[in-house]
Amino acid sequence: MKTFAFRHATSVDDAISAAAAGAKYLAGGTNLIDLMKGGVEQPSALVDLRRLDLTAITATDSGGVFIEAGVTNSALANHRLIRTQYPLVSQAILSGATTQLRNMATTGGNLLQRTRCPYFMQSVFTECNKRNPGSGCAARDGFHREHAIFGASNHCVAIHPSDMAVALSVVDAVVHVQNSGGRRSIPIAEFFALPGDTPEIDNTLQPHDLILGIELPPSSFSEHCWYLKVRDRHSYAFALVSVAVGLHIECGKITAAALAMGGVAATPWRLHEAEASLIGKEPTAAAFHTAAQLAMAGAQPLAQNAFKVDLGRHSVVKALEQATNFS
Amino acid sequence: MNDGEVAVNLRINSESRQVTADVRSTLLDLLRERLHLTGTKKGCDHGLCGACTVSVDGERVLSCLTLAASIDGADVLTIEGISSGNDLHPLQEAFIEFDGFQCGYCTPGQISSAHAMLAEHQRGDLSMVTFDGGRDDVITGCARLSNQEIRERMAGNICRCGAYANIVEAIASAAEAVTENGSA
Repeated sequence: MKTFAFRHATSVDDAISAAAAGAKYLAGGTNLIDLMKGGVEQPSALVDLRRLDLTAITATDSGGVFIEAGVTNSALANHRLIRTQYPLVSQAILSGATTQLRNMATTGGNLLQRTRCPYFMQSVFTECNKRNPGSGCAARDGFHREHAIFGASNHCVAIHPSDMAVALSVVDAVVHVQNSGGRRSIPIAEFFALPGDTPEIDNTLQPHDLILGIELPPSSFSEHCWYLKVRDRHSYAFALVSVAVGLHIECGKITAAALAMGGVAATPWRLHEAEASLIGKEPTAAAFHTAAQLAMAGAQPLAQNAFKVDLGRHSVVKALEQATNFS
Repeated sequence: MNDGEVAVNLRINSESRQVTADVRSTLLDLLRERLHLTGTKKGCDHGLCGACTVSVDGERVLSCLTLAASIDGADVLTIEGISSGNDLHPLQEAFIEFDGFQCGYCTPGQISSAHAMLAEHQRGDLSMVTFDGGRDDVITGCARLSNQEIRERMAGNICRCGAYANIVEAIASAAEAVTENGSA
């Protein structure tokens, strides 16, 4: 690891000033420190956010919840407000990583974790447009069983690894950020970036933006929701595909639906057509199969990951069943 | 203090320690190389295996991904601090009774992890498995630590010898002992 200057930020403004002067933010460190060990990240300075103590989870006036960026994944998943009002978010977080990692990883950092594409993670590979723009994409002609089937480009086929972000997508979370120009908010649907011609850019944050927290608007999905994660082993692995479902069912009919997939794109992948097909329907196998067909209609798999299309379709049906029956 | 060094103050197993360390030092390397607390093991050094598990401020973490400078001022509990002198913790007794190891390299991490896990369960923390029990369990926490719960909650500790069956038995037995005594 290359050496670096290190200090603890004393305030949000202090942290942003340090970033403007070239420092990289350090939160839980579960991804950044690992990438620094491998030389993928080589910051000249780190500014540590730990002492900002952004660790509160509070009810908002509108009936939602505000989660400060430094709340650990464990604290978030186990918080009473999240367990009761957003069990989908708890379930998604607990489906990812391990307790040791969730005890370290923060809410803000979870959104900013980098892809686990092996060609990105290991600097021994020379071709990776995300790590070294213009160098090529080794995954396209290499190992890409775990890669994207939606929204990829010729320059990059990597996926975003977060489970939490898939659930946040379903509940229409809003990311609150600040830089030297002031504070603003970014809907989760506009937060992540598809690779296009600039795969080195993972999201729409501006330089030195610090994530202050994530707001969850009031949710009508607390009764019927499920996070289904499918992977090569039962625990502690990234998703091959995952499906987050939120349904609102009144008098036997679906009146609101939100679905998103993980493990299939560089962003959480919302399934708007599938959602629309469910509205006004009874929660039956027929309706779920129709939604699942629509969900996978635009998939563009690579040579080794066509199985994700079938797996995704079955997973959408299964997740819808689980969400309907969660009680 | 030279360029690239930091002063780190930690309370380790209830004892205050001050070390001047390379800014790049992980907690794992600080424990092993500087403080000679070699019970904590380096397995993968990438946060994948759990051999380096210790508790920081009461929560289990991976010391290989923890920058020592970052946690300056924290309380650290390592495997050396889990017994009371020569009196082994019920978990340590159970690992011996149920033969919860073969080569033993992952064992300090397994026991440190299980030690924190029992406290998490007692305060009602959830695991992914808890959702299979339905909404009530999700809201209140699962009362019983089933083998499935133990396996999921211990998923971050890999045993390359594959002694999992005995590890789970040992932890289940210690969980009963700890519950009877009312504390971890």
